[in-house]
Order: sequence, then C-alpha cells, then structure tokens
Amino acid sequence: MNLFTQAFAVARKDLAIELRTKESLNAAGSFAVVILVIFSFAFESFSDEMKEFGGGLLWLVFAFAGALVFNRGFARELPNECLDTLLASPLSGAALIIGKAFANFAMLLVVELVSIFTFGIFYNVNWLSEAGSLTVVFALATWGVSILGAIFGALTVNLRLRELMLPVIIYPLMVPILIAAIELTNEVLNHRPIGGQMQWIRVLVASDIGFTGLAWMLADTILVN
Amino acid sequence: MREKLVMLLAGLAAILLAYNLHHMFLVLPNEVSQDFIFRIIFFHVPAGIVGMIGFFVALIFSVWYLAGGDLRYDSVAASIVEVSVVFSIVNLVTGSIWARVIWGIWWTWDYRLTSQLVCVLIFVGYVMMRRAIDEPTQRARLSAALTIFGCFDSVVVWKSIEWFRNNHPGPVLSIRTGGGNMDPDYERTLWLNFLALLIIGAALALVRSRQESMEREIDSLRRAAHV
Amino acid sequence: MTRAIELNQVWKFYGDYAALRDCSLTIQQGSSCALLGRNGAGKTTLLRILAGLTHFQRGAVTLFGEKPRAESARRNSGFLGHGIGVYEDLSARENLHFFASITGHGSKIKALTETWLERVGLARVATMPVRQFSRGMRQRLALARTFIHSPKILLLDEPFTSLDDRAIAMLSELLTEARQRGATIVLSTHQLREALAIASHVALVENGRLRYTGERTQEMLDDPGLLYRLHTQLGTPE
Repeated sequence: MNLFTQAFAVARKDLAIELRTKESLNAAGSFAVVILVIFSFAFESFSDEMKEFGGGLLWLVFAFAGALVFNRGFARELPNECLDTLLASPLSGAALIIGKAFANFAMLLVVELVSIFTFGIFYNVNWLSEAGSLTVVFALATWGVSILGAIFGALTVNLRLRELMLPVIIYPLMVPILIAAIELTNEVLNHRPIGGQMQWIRVLVASDIGFTGLAWMLADTILVN
Repeated sequence: MREKLVMLLAGLAAILLAYNLHHMFLVLPNEVSQDFIFRIIFFHVPAGIVGMIGFFVALIFSVWYLAGGDLRYDSVAASIVEVSVVFSIVNLVTGSIWARVIWGIWWTWDYRLTSQLVCVLIFVGYVMMRRAIDEPTQRARLSAALTIFGCFDSVVVWKSIEWFRNNHPGPVLSIRTGGGNMDPDYERTLWLNFLALLIIGAALALVRSRQESMEREIDSLRRAAHV
Repeated sequence: MTRAIELNQVWKFYGDYAALRDCSLTIQQGSSCALLGRNGAGKTTLLRILAGLTHFQRGAVTLFGEKPRAESARRNSGFLGHGIGVYEDLSARENLHFFASITGHGSKIKALTETWLERVGLARVATMPVRQFSRGMRQRLALARTFIHSPKILLLDEPFTSLDDRAIAMLSELLTEARQRGATIVLSTHQLREALAIASHVALVENGRLRYTGERTQEMLDDPGLLYRLHTQLGTPE
C-alpha cells in the first residue's frame, strides 16, 4: 500500500468518527463565532479599517480554533490503546501523521468557511468576489498549520498537560505561516491581487514543503518510543 | 575532569570580562549620539549571537543523539538550549532597556527583536516539554525532534518577520555609530565580550549537562527500586 | 526449519535503566512460545519490541529476517495488547473495514470484514457503535481485528486476562487454527496453566533477563511452578 492510500484511510476513519460525534467541529466552530463576536467590542465593526485588520482577526480565530481540532486528533487514539494497534499494523508512521493532517485540514476548512461567512456578516466585508484567491490562501496556509497540528499532536499526546503543551509549542512555530496568511488575506479583502505579494506565497509553499518533509522524516522518531 | 574544565572556563571568562568591563567603562569614550547607554551594545549583541549559535549547536547534538542513541548528547543539547534561552532573554531585555532610554518606549517591533522573541518562545516550549516527560529516552527523542523543527522554523521566522517589517516599517533597533559602521575600538570590545559570554555559556552548559546526567541516574535507580 | 523470530543480545534502556538485558531467543516457525514471568519482569517490553512498538538500544531483532518496524514484518504479525484496539465511535463493521484496509487487502476488504463479523458472532450487530457493546462483544471484535489478516506471527500480551468464557473459547480455537496453518505464536502471561497448555516452548523472564528458554516439558505441565523454583532467584511465583 502506498503512503497516500494509507493516509487517506486514516483521514477517512477520523472524519467518519468526527461526523458521527461532531466533537471538534462543534467546539471549534462555536469558539470561532464567539471570538468573532468578542472582537466586535474591540474594534469598530463597520469601519473600512476592518479590511486592514480582517486578515489578522480571521487567522487568530483559525489558530485558536485549530488548537481545539489538533488536540482531538491524536487524543482519539488513546482509548483502548488504538495508537499501539495502529503502530503495530503495517501503517507507516508518516502515513498516520499525514492522514491526521488531511483530517485536520478538512475540519479546519469547515471552521474557516463558517468563520468567513460570519465575519462577512458581522463586519460588513464583501469577500465573495474574491472567493478564488481566498481559497488559494486558505488552502496553502491551512495545510501548513494542519501538518504542524498533526505532528505536534502526536508529540504531545502522551505528555502531562497535553492540552496546554500543544498550543505553547505550536503557536511560535506557526508564526511564519500566520504572518504570510494574514498579509495575503488582507490583500484579498482589499481587492488587491495576491500576485503582488509573491514572497508570502513562497513562505507558505516553503513552510508547507518543509514541515511536511520534516513530519515525514521524523514521524517514527516521534511516534515510537 | 569536567569540574576542572568548568573552573578553567569560569576563570578565563572572569579575566576576559574584567578586562572588557575596564575597557568599556574606563577607557572607551561615550558614543556621540547615544551617550552612556551605548555600552549596552557590548552585552546586547553578543548575548543574541551566543543564543542563536547555541540553538544550532544544540541541533547538531540532537541529530547526533538520534543517530547514535547516546543520552549524553541529549543532555548536552538540552543544556545548551537552556543556556541559549537565557542569553536570548538577556538580548531582549538589554534591547528593551536601550529602547526605553533612547526612545522612551520599552518595546519596539523591530524585526530582529521580534524574531528573537519568537525563537525564545519556540525554545521555551522545548524546556517546558522536557519538564512534562519523565522517561529519559522518550524525553530525548521528542526534544531532538522539536529542536529540528525549531531550528528550521527559526530560519523561516527571521526572513518572514524581516519581510513583514519591510511592509510595515517601524523604529529599527540600530545602535551603530554614523552610517552603520562601528568604530574599530568599539567593535573589538564587542567581539571580546562575545568571547567572554561564549565561554560563560559553555561553562554553564557543562554544569547543566552534569545535572541532567545525574537526574537520569536518579531516575534509573528509582526504576530499579520499584521492580 | 525457518526461524520466525530472532532476538540476539537485545538490551532495552529507559534512560540509564536496563529494562531488558542481553536477551537472546530464537523461535522457529510454527512453534508457540509462552513468555512467563512476574509483573515488571520485562515480558511486555519484549513483546512490544517484537511488535515494533518500542525501540531497543543494543542487539538485533528480526521477524522472518526483517526488522520489527519494517512494513513487511508488521504485515506478517498480529498484535493484541492490553487494550482492545478498536474505536468506540465506529461500528464493528467500520472498525474491521478500517483495519483490513490498512493491512492492505484491496478488493477483498468487504468480504474479509463480513467473514470475520460472522466468525466472531457480531454480524447481527455489525452497524452498532462499539460503545454500545458489552465487554464480551468488544473482546470478540478485538480478536477479529487481530486475526483478520491471517498473520504469520501472533504477538499476544496477556490475552486471557479479563476475557469471558466465550472469548477464551474463541481465542483458543483461533490459536489452534493459527498453529495448524503454521503460524508462530508468542504470548506473554503469568497464568501458567493456560500458557503451558498451548505452548510448545517457554521463555522465562526475570528482571529483564531470559532465565530459561526451551521446550515445554511434561514436568512443567504437571508442576507449573517448577520453572520458577529452578531458574529464578525468588522461588515460587506470586
């Protein structure tokens, strides 16, 4: 079986569990909406300046909501020692991590979709005309945070205070991705072409490739004691 | 043997520091535009460089550990990271003091300070993670993985934040004379102090790695006693 | 005769503490080896090394000539640990389908899943989430999950512990069948009588060392405590 077939099997399994329980999606989705509401007290909601802050606000929301999704990723392998069963199976460590990243990616995209609709309504920002560019930015950045969430979800799964350790470790590592995503999202919300900010696209692509490569190489090191 | 090495390094550092402090405060004149506070550069810049070098030296020891499985390399890597975090915090604090005196603000989102702060946060996460793992082999393995990620990310962080600051210019923490070149006498003192701080860092790392080894020994005795 | 499992001077450390010391053991294909020893002796550690769940620091381990973490080694082995290794929020059918898919059965996944659901008596509750199963049903699902890919090597960690009578009978039947098709079985246990009844060989672990390895004899069957009295420092088992 090749790596992607195995990874898709893992992702399908995780998404099947998530669709049944909706634990992560409900928690992350509600959290995202609540944060968007709370931020409305900090900023004047209908000013034009929202388009300048919008990228930062959105990616803060995605980063915080993402932590809820990433925490569940490997935590759902702990009951009944399912993680041991997976590691003893022919499934490679890399396929397990990348499969988890696929599942994170899908769930985070759902949260992002809910958030961008809510954001557009609450803050009167028209983003529908830029849906294509937003899709590119969201896809590139979301993959980067998803693979980080998967690899560090694996790393922290057996640690004390797992729910605290994961955000403490992962947020500083996410900084380049978040900066690039924020800059590009602001460009899009201001109806400027993202081609004018190619260095940020390069940062996202380099981060995606770099983190995915490192995750593939270090999967067994992290998963097997 | 290790104790003798630590004493030797401490002695060397003491002599060098004494010479540097004398030179800084009693020989060198005040800098033209920044007056007395300029002297903070002799600690600010070397501390930052020692911290950064330390993270990448720790990377080498982490990879060495993964390759061979010798826990001594993990002890050394962890010690170097801890010491480098301290030096990086010194870099941030001295930069902050300088900004307060010169500009009246405690912090500026200068790209170098910001990048250094993010790197410190990455490796503070490393230190916290180590505290959360009891089993030494697991701790070594996961620490090595995080160091590899952390060092790769540090490079991307520096470049990203530099580009971000180019888009959103703010005050730049530049404590150099004139058009960006430093007076040769100042520069010599800076590099001598870098050497002193590097030696202090090495001595601290040696002491800390000995503590790590002893902790591991205590852990193994505890495990043997529980069987 | 083919050597299914070989351990050669294996050491496993947790930090500086040696959990396994200089362990050497050869298990021929088709034989079944009972790993005996007290709690904390190192049986589970040894089994986890064979299953590729734990690295070791010195020595060599091969399963049919492959390292334990090699995909082919894990494809050829089936592991049943302390946990049942199934997902509570998936149904029995979904669980088996997933595990059959990651053991690489391609087009046969559906047929294999249905066969095993029938075999362990869970066909009528195949769509029920596992969280609604009784303990006995979960155990039978775990057995199906372990045996679904007809592994050549079975690694079982205290399999009889907390099984109900029906599950014990099912496990014994499955193990007998596995032996008949030439599978190699390693099971760790401190329940001497059950282990000695099905084992052809025994390996006694104490304080991380293999104190005795060899064929199971009639004397051992007659007097299960014999091994401990002869080969350990502390005499009779708890």
